[in-house]
Amino acid sequence: MFDKIWTKIVDIAIHLKDTFVMNFITEERWRFLTDGIATTLIITICSMAIGVVLGIIVAAVRSTYDKNREEYEKRGGFGAKILKFFNGVCKIYITVIRGTPIVVQLLIMYYIIFASLTNPIPIAIAAFGINSGAYVAEIFRGGIMAIDHGQFEAGRSLGFNYVQTMIHIVIPQVFKNVLPTLCNEFIALLKETSVVGYIAVQDLTKGIYIIIGRTYSYYMPLIVLALIYLLMVMILTWLVGKLERRLRSSER
Amino acid sequence: MNGNSLIKIKQLKKHYNGGEIKALDGLDLEIEKGEVVVVIGPSGSGKSTFLRSMNLLELPTDGTITFEGVDITDPKTDINKHRQKMGMVFQHFNLFPNMNILKNMTIAPIKLLKISKEDAERKARALLEKVGLGDRAEAYPSQLSGGQKQRVAIVRALCMEPQVMLFDEPTSALDPEMVGEVLDVMKDLARQGMTMVCVTHEMGFAKEVATRVIFMDEGKIIEEGTPDEIFSNPKSDRLKSFLSKIL
Repeated sequence: MFDKIWTKIVDIAIHLKDTFVMNFITEERWRFLTDGIATTLIITICSMAIGVVLGIIVAAVRSTYDKNREEYEKRGGFGAKILKFFNGVCKIYITVIRGTPIVVQLLIMYYIIFASLTNPIPIAIAAFGINSGAYVAEIFRGGIMAIDHGQFEAGRSLGFNYVQTMIHIVIPQVFKNVLPTLCNEFIALLKETSVVGYIAVQDLTKGIYIIIGRTYSYYMPLIVLALIYLLMVMILTWLVGKLERRLRSSER
Repeated sequence: MNGNSLIKIKQLKKHYNGGEIKALDGLDLEIEKGEVVVVIGPSGSGKSTFLRSMNLLELPTDGTITFEGVDITDPKTDINKHRQKMGMVFQHFNLFPNMNILKNMTIAPIKLLKISKEDAERKARALLEKVGLGDRAEAYPSQLSGGQKQRVAIVRALCMEPQVMLFDEPTSALDPEMVGEVLDVMKDLARQGMTMVCVTHEMGFAKEVATRVIFMDEGKIIEEGTPDEIFSNPKSDRLKSFLSKIL
């Protein structure tokens, strides 16, 4: 009885080892994994950076307009008109980006807007950066609106103009408050990049797909794929959590 | 400049809903250097709106405010420059929670007046010492009591070396036992000759340090005079009934 179970376990182990060797060792197939992880991380990190910068700018324009609408209507002037225009542009941007699937945006970028480019990675970075920017913008706008209006007034009463008040007083407080939500967006972004295979980028998912195409073995590559994404998300969460604790420590 | 007047307000109006609600309904006031003007009145009378329009935190619908001879209600005026010279203290302190006390006090002088960090901090520490908070420079606002926060808010405004200090009900959000420490700081300030405009419910403070008391109701100045005239010899019925309710 015990012998039988033992033989079975050994069988499975040998089978697992063989499958592993076939999927990842033969013909150096592990390279698909390492190269894929590198590509996924490059796309994620670069589009994160673009998304945050774009998001902060859009959120700043939108909340500036919202908060000062009364003043602009009363005082008017050229600056107010420009701001109103940009506020409109930002609104359209957010509506369009949030209203269409990322895969469609990716394909439009690849086949229409950047049809002349041959390297698909920058296109993927641009597409995901622009996509993420729309979500980050709303996260930051929510954060800005949540700051007590007294903070703006205190800044303004000391003589800071609106932009200085934002930069020196409001944004540092916003950043701390939106970090958990921002972390959500980063996680979503990291996982969403798994669709870049659509425009011929060899990321982690695409790499696994190529392995499957050669070995016709599904179980192990897919489970390994899932585990790698899980691990990356866990590391990302841990990093953001660390940053959050460091920012919070200054308040107590 | 017109004589000695530091702030000159003419026919100031603030309307909401297209004139339906008149928070301020044609106010005239001149404040001279060194005056301590206390504004009293029932809630909803427009006193806070009045004070807040002096540095344009509320934009008046109509009328002019002249500060140091410059019409600050003119859209072409750079209001930020003038706000630097008008310190403001709020009911809810509005300290920056993510900065320690020293940073709270020095950020504006460093960024706006381009004073060196060392000079700004030396001055901030000296001011903190004066209001009895010399040992709290490195603390964060959440670690202070209400009275301490408000004292910090006052010295934060003073760090900009303002020409006038505006107080918007500075003691209304405080526990009763902390009101005194804040009023003491304000009295000191008045004695040093600071021009002050103060909206408050502290009639004791008004009697003791005000050079002029203004009674407002329904967006208008109903009566103004020395504390003695206002409190011992009120003329209008509205002021009499207001005083009978609070004294």
